[in-house]
Amino acid sequence: MAVGKSIIRKEAWDKVTGRAKYTNDFKEQGMLHAKLVTSPYAHARIISIETHEALAAPGVRAVLTGKGLPLTGEDMRDRPPIAADKVRYYGEVVAVVVADTLVQAEQAARLIRIVYEPLPAVGSPREALKEGAPLLHEELDRYERNKTTYPEPGTNIAHRTKIRKGDIKQGFAESDVIIETSVSFAPSDHVAMETRCATAEIWPDGSIHISASSQSPFMIKRLIHTYFGEEAGKIVVHTPLVGGAYGGKAPVQLELLAYLATKAVGGRKVSVWNNRECDMVTSPVHIGLEATVKIGATKDGVFKAMEIVFLFDGGAYSDKAIDVSRAAAVDCTGPYHVEHVWCDSLCVYTNRPYATPFRSFGHCEQSFAVERAIDELAKVLQLDPWDVRRKNAIRPGHTTPTQVRLTKSNVGDMPACLDRLRELMRWDEWQRIELDAYTVRAKGISGGWKTSTIDTDSSSGVILTFNSDGSVNVISGVVEIGTGTKTVLAQIVAERLKMNVDDVHVKMDIDTQTTPEHWKTVASRGTFMAGRAALAAANDAIRQLKEIAACVLRVTPDDLEVGFGRVFLRDDPAIFIPVKDIAYGYKFPNGNAIGGQVIGRGHYILRRLTPLDPETGAGKPGPEWGVCAEGVEVEFNRRDYTYRIVKAYAVIDAGKVLNPKAALGQAMGAMSMGLSFASREGFLFDEAQRVLNPQLRTYRPIHFGEHPTYIVEFIETPQIDAPYGARGIGEHGLLGMPAALANALSLAAGVPLNELPLVPELIWRKQKGDSYGSL
Amino acid sequence: MEETTKCELVLHINGEQRTVITRQAETLLFVLRDELGLTGTKPGCLNGDCGACTVLVNGTPIKSCMMLAIETVGKEITTIEGLRDTPIQHAFVRHFAFQCGYCTPGFIMNIHALIEQHPNADQSTIQEWLQSNICRCTSYQEIEAAVKEALQAKKTDIQPSHNRISRV
Ligand code: FES
Ligand code: FES
Repeated sequence: MAVGKSIIRKEAWDKVTGRAKYTNDFKEQGMLHAKLVTSPYAHARIISIETHEALAAPGVRAVLTGKGLPLTGEDMRDRPPIAADKVRYYGEVVAVVVADTLVQAEQAARLIRIVYEPLPAVGSPREALKEGAPLLHEELDRYERNKTTYPEPGTNIAHRTKIRKGDIKQGFAESDVIIETSVSFAPSDHVAMETRCATAEIWPDGSIHISASSQSPFMIKRLIHTYFGEEAGKIVVHTPLVGGAYGGKAPVQLELLAYLATKAVGGRKVSVWNNRECDMVTSPVHIGLEATVKIGATKDGVFKAMEIVFLFDGGAYSDKAIDVSRAAAVDCTGPYHVEHVWCDSLCVYTNRPYATPFRSFGHCEQSFAVERAIDELAKVLQLDPWDVRRKNAIRPGHTTPTQVRLTKSNVGDMPACLDRLRELMRWDEWQRIELDAYTVRAKGISGGWKTSTIDTDSSSGVILTFNSDGSVNVISGVVEIGTGTKTVLAQIVAERLKMNVDDVHVKMDIDTQTTPEHWKTVASRGTFMAGRAALAAANDAIRQLKEIAACVLRVTPDDLEVGFGRVFLRDDPAIFIPVKDIAYGYKFPNGNAIGGQVIGRGHYILRRLTPLDPETGAGKPGPEWGVCAEGVEVEFNRRDYTYRIVKAYAVIDAGKVLNPKAALGQAMGAMSMGLSFASREGFLFDEAQRVLNPQLRTYRPIHFGEHPTYIVEFIETPQIDAPYGARGIGEHGLLGMPAALANALSLAAGVPLNELPLVPELIWRKQKGDSYGSL
Repeated sequence: MEETTKCELVLHINGEQRTVITRQAETLLFVLRDELGLTGTKPGCLNGDCGACTVLVNGTPIKSCMMLAIETVGKEITTIEGLRDTPIQHAFVRHFAFQCGYCTPGFIMNIHALIEQHPNADQSTIQEWLQSNICRCTSYQEIEAAVKEALQAKKTDIQPSHNRISRV
């Protein structure tokens, strides 16, 4: 009925008429505004901060500095919300000015005098790991951390994940050929079109009200409790529509500043809103990476061993970068069966903006490294790169790097994805052709897979309330960040209750006081977890409807079915009662009543997940592995090194496509983001690690007209315990794009391209200069 | 200091006359959003780079972060709140030409002007007009399909069918 149809998004008309409201659209008379004062240095000691003049400026209500604040961080508490003794990245917050208007706050911010003593800045993970490199966190051994974080005090290593599967020595001994490839790219940014924003106020009863453009409203509540000792029950977080997130709005940062600011002005409402420059460097960014991949294989191209070192550029603070580095390790081989695996994945501190999840959560990074290596291997063995991937494709019965046994349900059909990709791309016809003296066309492919690595006890709840007309309201903690998950939930509910999806209404905004918790809207787990909760809530409502109807119709509940707006007798549907007559309880003709409003409730908690063993990595990080095979076709100009991305392909195992147009949009949007990242995005740093391009003019994502033709298909291998079999698909489109583009361009230019972004200058440099140099 | 530079402006917005008292140096974007509550117009960069703030001034798409409100006195301003049931809005809904919706008002204003001024726009005209806006969620292919359908609808003067679409 509703599932499998391209149902128009529930908030569609709000979004095309300007009615849709985002955090910064809620203005209030008397609301104060904050301006962040940020560091011009990437590494420096703060000698003094002089705020008198700023405090005396017109309209200024408070100036906040970092003295005496608790350290924050989800896995390890290493970050002061406002820098106190030293700054560790360019753009770090040093003070916050609160004033009546934003203009006044900006003017006063210029009056703050800060004296710094610059320190040598660490620019990349390899630099940070060098003997004698400046330490970012001298007190690394003293930070509070959770049980699964393993920092190495005295170094710049925030965390190391080890994967030890099989016997790596034996694997290499059994190999006919061993190749090694190194790749690298600098940190970049999410660039959500809505910059981050948070407001906070404290009411006279002590309750704290926060509004935030966030993927984690429930986490904000939890963390403000943890960091500042506020009672969790008194913290209320509101999240309206979010204008793009892609992982970048999962961390909690501005919310803490808004909370501190409102406290400083007696609870008045304060808004903290990032301008674009702050949003790009002050707030967390997309992680950078330096990696080395060593593959051992037989001469037929069968993988025997993989040894992988990931050095993630976590930036100045570990935040969620620790988790990202772990996620890449968990799936380090890509969607291939490898018996002997050795991987060390490090989250390294550098004096760069700190990193946080980016759509695909460590996986486009992982796949760029491994898929480049696979193409190099195929070249050495003179094998077809597609064949090599097909030969090693992961299947049920294999185990993952963390030694989870795969089943028909918990992994998608990788061979099928590869087979279909080959047909779609007409792979066998040609992989490289020269159109004329200067123009070359080439194709590149990549495999991809991903599981989630979220908290093992993550849960999601859904409440369904019935209206007197028999229609239903869906209340879920999933934030509508653009993925359309709330509409999909309405489809799931409509399908289960066998009703028209137009009669299923969804509550878009989150209010943590009235919305059941959904851990975080991340990791493409919204549909799975909230979907399961929605099904449970629908079942609960059905039970209640049947109970009331059974009384009215004088039958047992077991004889009844719910659907089409009625509760009816299974063997004689002519005997029924309309849902609307019992949605608020039933009143008998004599005035007696039974029931009451039907309120369905359901929840779902991830099950049987375990943390990784610190020595071997063995453990079960996520419920299922979605897989994909992707390709890119480029047209490369050998004269000026420019290129055009002609076509981009993805075949994704979606389990079950619940809303075809929404699913296509998710896949293509993710592909676009992946191509943009791979072809043109990345921060430029000077020697002092200052970011030179924190603006959309100098950091330029793909614009209209630069997009290729997208060709997307879905395979449907159901995940048995997911709603209607659906797997997460929000990230897969992205994760193969950087590797596929690099593989296509390497073939076109005839030189290995192992760095991002793949700008013409890089290709020129690689061809003219150190033709095999990467790092 | 800023108080001394405030002035009263009479603006024509979406067919209505609105009076505001604002700083002379205030951009049209902030006057629309903060003084007039027209929050459909979005800030994305305040630097002319993203197009999220696009409105029409005398029918021409303008980035409202790059124009002072005072410059628009005597001109007709149209914001997303002033568009109702246009072909491009319908086409956007049908083609899923948005996800988070944040860039959407800017795109729609731009495309609406394109359709009005170039009902026969070819590929290169579409490209030239639309490259001023950034969308981070979609692949642009959806937006392209919506533009082409809306142009077609305008040409054949067939109103898109409303029936499949639930409206508030
Ligand atoms: S806000 Fe005006 S162009 Fe970006
Ligand atoms: S729909 Fe999100 S930026 Fe375009």
